Amino acid sequence: MEVLSDNNWALSVGTFLPLLGVLVMLFIPKAQETATKAVALITAVATLGVGIFTLTQFNFDQAGKMQFVAQTNWISVLKSTYFVGIDGISLPLYLLSMVITVLVMIYSWNHVPEPGNTKAFFALMLILQTGMAGTFIARDLILFFVFFELVLLPMYFMIGVWGGENRQYASLKFFLYTMFGSALMLVAFLALFFKTGAESFSIPFLIEQGAGISRNAQIWIFGGMFVGFAVKVPMFPFHTWLPDAHTQAPTQGSVILAAVLLKLGTYGFVRIAIPILPVAAKEWAPWIGLLAVIGIIYGALGCLAQTDMKRLIAFSSVAHMGFVMLGISTLTSFGMNAAVFGMVAHGLITGMLFFIAGSVKERYHTLEISRLSGMLKQMPRMGWILGFCVMASLGLPGLAGFWGEFPAILSAYQPAAGLSEVTFRIFMVIAAVGTVLAAGYLLWLFQRIAFGEPTAEFSGDSHDDHGSGIHDVNVFEWMAWAPLLAAILVLGVYPNLLFKIIDPAVQGVLSAFGG
Amino acid sequence: MFAALFSVLAAAADWVSPTIDYHALAPEIILAGGIVLVLLLDLFTSENNKWMLGPVTGFTLLGAFIPVLTLALSDAGTRSLFDGRYVVDNFSLTMKGLFVLAGYLVVLLSSDYLREGDFYEGEYWVLMLSSLLGMVMMASSRDLVSIFVSLEFLSIPAYMMAAWRKRDLKSNEAGVKYFLLGVFASALMLYGMSLLYGISNSTLLTDIGTYVSGDMSAIRAVAVLFVVIGFAFKISAVPFHTWAPDTYEGAPTPVTAFLSVASKAAGFVALLTIVYVGFPNASEVWQPVFWILAALTMTVGNVMALRQTNIVRMLAFSSISQGGFILMPLAIAGEGDSAGAALRAVVTYLLVYAATNLGVFAVVIAVAHKTRSGSISSYGGLFSYAPGLAVIMTIFMASLAGIPPLGGWIGKFGSFQALVSAGTTWGYALAVIGAVNTVIAFGYYGNMMREMWMRPVPDGDTTPVVVPSALMVALGLTTFATLLLGILPGLVLHFGDLANLAGAFGG
Repeated sequence: MEVLSDNNWALSVGTFLPLLGVLVMLFIPKAQETATKAVALITAVATLGVGIFTLTQFNFDQAGKMQFVAQTNWISVLKSTYFVGIDGISLPLYLLSMVITVLVMIYSWNHVPEPGNTKAFFALMLILQTGMAGTFIARDLILFFVFFELVLLPMYFMIGVWGGENRQYASLKFFLYTMFGSALMLVAFLALFFKTGAESFSIPFLIEQGAGISRNAQIWIFGGMFVGFAVKVPMFPFHTWLPDAHTQAPTQGSVILAAVLLKLGTYGFVRIAIPILPVAAKEWAPWIGLLAVIGIIYGALGCLAQTDMKRLIAFSSVAHMGFVMLGISTLTSFGMNAAVFGMVAHGLITGMLFFIAGSVKERYHTLEISRLSGMLKQMPRMGWILGFCVMASLGLPGLAGFWGEFPAILSAYQPAAGLSEVTFRIFMVIAAVGTVLAAGYLLWLFQRIAFGEPTAEFSGDSHDDHGSGIHDVNVFEWMAWAPLLAAILVLGVYPNLLFKIIDPAVQGVLSAFGG
Repeated sequence: MFAALFSVLAAAADWVSPTIDYHALAPEIILAGGIVLVLLLDLFTSENNKWMLGPVTGFTLLGAFIPVLTLALSDAGTRSLFDGRYVVDNFSLTMKGLFVLAGYLVVLLSSDYLREGDFYEGEYWVLMLSSLLGMVMMASSRDLVSIFVSLEFLSIPAYMMAAWRKRDLKSNEAGVKYFLLGVFASALMLYGMSLLYGISNSTLLTDIGTYVSGDMSAIRAVAVLFVVIGFAFKISAVPFHTWAPDTYEGAPTPVTAFLSVASKAAGFVALLTIVYVGFPNASEVWQPVFWILAALTMTVGNVMALRQTNIVRMLAFSSISQGGFILMPLAIAGEGDSAGAALRAVVTYLLVYAATNLGVFAVVIAVAHKTRSGSISSYGGLFSYAPGLAVIMTIFMASLAGIPPLGGWIGKFGSFQALVSAGTTWGYALAVIGAVNTVIAFGYYGNMMREMWMRPVPDGDTTPVVVPSALMVALGLTTFATLLLGILPGLVLHFGDLANLAGAFGG
């Protein structure tokens, strides 16, 4: 692999800098909360700085190639190396993880959820950041696996300690599901390793050799990986951990989970499962497509049935990730482009929606949709931001959500050669129905929450007044949200910004299918 | 028969003393010297000077580690003593290092515990050193007689240590149970060994290796089976595990740590030597046995651990189930090229497991010092008043659960890798069973984390936990090792990369 840049320290520094921050935080006394927060935020901003440096040094004309490649010995006995690199698919997600961490920290500045303990909370976010960024740059399966698992424990504690009423159940469910998936995934990785001659865990090497594995073995190995990644996405029927985890997680946890962690699964499909095992990918594609459209419809119907705002957003994630998986399952460059764009867009939009849900919860102390009303009157700015995000989420053209959803549906019209057109066109129609349902549940949500008059209990008229604490968007929220809102708009108006770096990389992924 | 006897006597006439490589035996000699020293010191010191016995034991162990290091660094390679009956190779040195360092950590765990509990001190240290000497000898033994002698040497002191809380019924029960089942296992094993001697007319493992092969007559199969089952007791593999929970619960906690790490590792060492050197050609007998033992041990250990409310009992079942994971690779160790991978997996797992499990017991001792309770619920809210201990315990629990990037995952990974490397259906099947068990195991490890982080303090008593300095050192060392082994596993895999046991497979 050609090394395009000498700045190959950038990725490693960007990934491990947060851990340095954690180390510094260990030596700050627990009582000094401001210092703790400051160190954490400075670390996150510095990490983002390294990320932006990476962006400026990135060679956009060669977005399809791995850049900033660094490779050294790690576990030579196991033939595993420390091998990192970044291309057009990784770059947006890598940066997204850094941006989200910074914004979540800004939001947390005066929003540390019960039961407090600022130090641990910020430390966990930094550890999460390392795991997320590392997963997107790893070019070695074992390294990938380590980073992929590194996010588990911090998220487990984040949900379990700082979560809602039912947090212990939700956190354990989240953990067991993911762990089950990873265990099978690891066995699949090992099988892959031995089937390719037990020479290396490096992904480029395996992409070269993988196609040579017999069809049957490919299908089994893909199956193992499928479970691992599908749990993380989550795809129907492995999605049941998600509504619980999202509903119980603190706002910060939900945002990180929705914005970045779910993408680890889809990224795994795009980066590992499909390019390494092209034959099996073709066999599995219709089934993935089927589960994806079931997820779209099921998620949408689930949303219509929810009475809790956060749970509704969680179910909408199932539906949106269904579109992403549908795009991936077509195995076309059109569909993959849409999928990667969809990952970023979903990260921005759903992350934003969870932020709003968190702020609503903080003000009204409830997320029960039937008790909320008239937000536009009471908090016009918050109401309009919610409206903006709802529109983006349902795929309104001109906002980011559109470019993930619409092309994904279109791509199903003409799946890759060898896949049944009829099947995928049926999927396309079902997915299109899904967008109508999405518009339905999202607009209905907006209508119920934002329109009308504030309900008596929050309006400030009644005696059991809860309305006094209700104020519009505050400065920390503006700082945390403005970048996301801007990104949603910019990517919606000028999607080529992202597509032009994704596309060459997607071509690389699909080269195993002859273009 | 008399002719044979006479020929032996005749041979004895021109017996010459074997040349002894004192460098190779230095760890054993230092340990033996330490035993004598502690014994004498105990006799001639007054009651209020007995505190020095612990440090003396600790320094003896560190002293024994020095020749282990120099031997490992010397270029002489494998040293074979007494006609190949006592071999100092990389494998045995790695394991000796493990035993000596684990012993040192147990000294750190024990010293404050002994002083506060009003136990006999001098005798405890002497017995512990004796048991460790047995383990160190076990690592080098390549002969049925020396294996048996080492085994008894390491077991008999341990029986007494298990019953060290003299006035406590549970501790007495622990000692008696351990003793009775241990003796029963020894008897089984001896029976197997006598059959082996009958088959091969030799007690040397390499000789036995040439006889136990090819045509696997019933008697050979029975011999192999009995020896393997005898050691299965030692490593508390299901269904020969019944002594472990009671013994672990009743014994003083540092002794439990000692049994669950060092004694278990010694059982595995003996098993590895016998299987690799003695039965390399009988894999069709022992592979299925290990397959069943591993699958049962993992599953039963896990399922039972889920139900425990006492931390030490939970750890007892956890250590049983970990034993199952360690056994896994042996189920395919006879397949083609997988022998090396399996050996490496077992050794790596033992090293990682030792570091983590000793750390867990260090935390248990530290916390019990304050709460005076062994129930899991006494860990409620530990994070709120002892965040350091809670974080360290979380690291250990996550390591035992096999979550990267902590030490335990590299052990599990190695086991899976070895299994999959065989490429057989049985290998894959066991790997999947192992994968499912990894998830079940998180049920109880995760429960511990939940207690510490998410549950309220049981009686509202949030006085901080006072950790004695010796325990602090033990905690620091084990945490450091657990993290380091997970992030840079190359360090320990290097020790496990033994290619093969010296003398194994006729080599």
